[in-house]
Amino acid sequence: MRVRAQIGKVLNLDKCIGCHTCSVTCKNVWTSRDGVEYAWFNNVESKPGTGYPTDWENQKRWNGGWARSASGKLHPKQGSKWRILANIFANPDMPEIDDYYEPFDFDYDHLKSAPDMDHFPTARPRSKITGERMEKIEKGPNWEEILGGEFSKRSQDYNFENVQKEIYGEYENTFMMYLPRLCEHCLNPTCSAACPSGAIYKREEDGIVLIDQEKCRGWRMCISGCPYKKIYYNWDTGKSEKCTFCYPRIESGQPTVCSETCVGRIRYLGVILYDADKIEAAASSERETDLYGAQMDVFLDPNDPEVIAAARRDGVPDDWIEAAKVSPIWKMAMDWKIAFPLHPEYRTLPMVWYIPPLSPIQNAAQAGQIAMSDQMPDVRSLRIPVQYLANMLTAGDEEPIVNALERMSAMRLYMRALSVDGVRDEAIAARVGMSGRVIEDMYKIMAIADYEDRFAIPTAHREQTEEGAEIRGGCGFTDGNGCSSGAAGKTSMFGGKKKSFALPTETF
Amino acid sequence: MFGNFDINFLIFGILPYAVLAVALIGTIARYERDPFTWKTSSSQLLRRKQLMWGSVLFHVGIIILFFGHLIGLFTPIWVLDTLGIPYGLKQWIAVVLGGCAGVAAFVGATMLLHRRLFDARIRVTSSFADIAILVAIWLQIVVGLGTIVLTLEHMDGAKMIRFMTWSQSVMGLQLNAWTEVVDVHWLYKVHIVLGMVILAAFPFTRLVHMLSVPIRYVTLRPGYQIVRSRRRRPLEERRKEFDARHGKRGPAAPTPAPAAPAPASSMPTPAE
Repeated sequence: MRVRAQIGKVLNLDKCIGCHTCSVTCKNVWTSRDGVEYAWFNNVESKPGTGYPTDWENQKRWNGGWARSASGKLHPKQGSKWRILANIFANPDMPEIDDYYEPFDFDYDHLKSAPDMDHFPTARPRSKITGERMEKIEKGPNWEEILGGEFSKRSQDYNFENVQKEIYGEYENTFMMYLPRLCEHCLNPTCSAACPSGAIYKREEDGIVLIDQEKCRGWRMCISGCPYKKIYYNWDTGKSEKCTFCYPRIESGQPTVCSETCVGRIRYLGVILYDADKIEAAASSERETDLYGAQMDVFLDPNDPEVIAAARRDGVPDDWIEAAKVSPIWKMAMDWKIAFPLHPEYRTLPMVWYIPPLSPIQNAAQAGQIAMSDQMPDVRSLRIPVQYLANMLTAGDEEPIVNALERMSAMRLYMRALSVDGVRDEAIAARVGMSGRVIEDMYKIMAIADYEDRFAIPTAHREQTEEGAEIRGGCGFTDGNGCSSGAAGKTSMFGGKKKSFALPTETF
Repeated sequence: MFGNFDINFLIFGILPYAVLAVALIGTIARYERDPFTWKTSSSQLLRRKQLMWGSVLFHVGIIILFFGHLIGLFTPIWVLDTLGIPYGLKQWIAVVLGGCAGVAAFVGATMLLHRRLFDARIRVTSSFADIAILVAIWLQIVVGLGTIVLTLEHMDGAKMIRFMTWSQSVMGLQLNAWTEVVDVHWLYKVHIVLGMVILAAFPFTRLVHMLSVPIRYVTLRPGYQIVRSRRRRPLEERRKEFDARHGKRGPAAPTPAPAAPAPASSMPTPAE
């Protein structure tokens, strides 16, 4: 057992209202620069839809994620190491910027500088790459907002596999949901596996996956490697960039910007302990539907004394172990089993999980009553097809999704009985294998969702990473040659003596 | 003193050292001072068209040409003699291999140059250096292909031996090396000068990416994943220290361990 800790994340899609506050605050903080105008470290997609970049879920086309060979070994779907190197001059699997969208801005200045004209002046779009006029904008970061476009287009959605999708094109049967997406900070990331420079790494302390900008050479294999297409090539700097999980905030115990600003309070952050020795076997599970369970086996129970001892032995700080015990992520993913990894079949073992949304009963309008099964609303007759959610969250296995949806509707029934009738109906809880107390806790965390309940983030331990006395008087955070003072007697062609910000590299 | 001054001495006797110095010091300085700028500057994201074929043809061709020149020019002549390789045969190999690679590189470079100059997206995102170096390389390939035509007139390898002698003498710090190439056809001279121009420009352009060929990816890197730890003490050491304090199983109840200051020897060596 090799215990490591990661700050995991859960998004409660049941409460996402699609306001894009997460995307906008993220963009303002991280990607409002040249070269990444088109990049959204966090974006919100309207589903069903083909998403951003278009058709990103179709790995037959993009070859992202991992493939399992007949012998049970994993290699990136775009090819093993030699194959990746062979494609280094031109990457056949890489999207073009038009697969995202051509970034644009509007001639706002024209609105106030326009001469006297017959018609009201307008702000017309202009490409942010070439600066040329764009006559028609044909794509954006959220082109399918609120079911925009024809059904024939959005029904290309990969998650419609094995779903009789035609009826969902009819007005009466249509459905939609929002899917906010960010880097999954996977346990088995394909981006880092595909990086020939070794610039992408996972941090041992908190599991955040980062790109070393000084080691990145722009070979651009990570872009095609990541099945979620969450690595973006900065066409201005020639380096890849990705969601940093706002690590400066996480290190100081604050939630990421997207989580902090989420008005729907759908985002949860907390510690998950995991066994690094089990990752490879879990990711290599034979059947795709086994991957969800296999990943849960990688997680370690923070209340198990043996796990605690092993975690302490491996250097996980005590406050991190304590945080793991109250982690909302652990509760949702492991205790209540209502959160699921996004597309586990990519075999990356993603660490941003999703709670599937409930939806109105599909045939209530026709029948005039709610479909019930065993005195519970039949979640299989919800407007959003279970198979659709399963294709998204469990590689097509409906059973775990049905259980989760039942638990969530049981929570509503139980709390309704409690607040309207003043009755603690343990029978409702028992039907979904829970107790009233657990359901009330679930309600507190999922429905009330206080700040303290959503975020249990221990601070980073600087004393483990640097010697305070050594960096005292150092030059602080700088870019490039910021540490070179140019002072007399200290001038050196190759800069001053570097302070110990060294990053030891460990590989597995 | 300058009565018998020959410009050839300056170009083929002195300039190579200036060029090598600029290339070497410039490259080291750039890597050391501004590693963030060390990159391929790929433009595939902005336009895939013409790059898929152009880039592959160009790179495959130019790599063969690069190593062809490297091996061809710097293999000591006594090695040829010892192995009994006739100069004429070497000349033939050079012409055929270089010719094929040259045509591939020419087609590729032409596609890439056309794309760089006439595709609006690529043009506006190109720096002066991006365009200049591609033009220089394209010209160099054209001139190089031109010299093949000249070479076909004398396939005995005598000229080739003189270029080899010149390159190796320059490397051997022999200042009279320039006399070897004084009276060759001007097209060869242009090829050499242009080569030196490209070499001098090397540290200031995207060409530096050729020094970052990811060999380690397939050789030294075990497995696929990379995990970095910022902790000063590696896992094994942390475990050993923990075991020393608590025994293998650890204590039942957490007891605050005396904070032993890490000895200086436990500092990890900085990776790279």
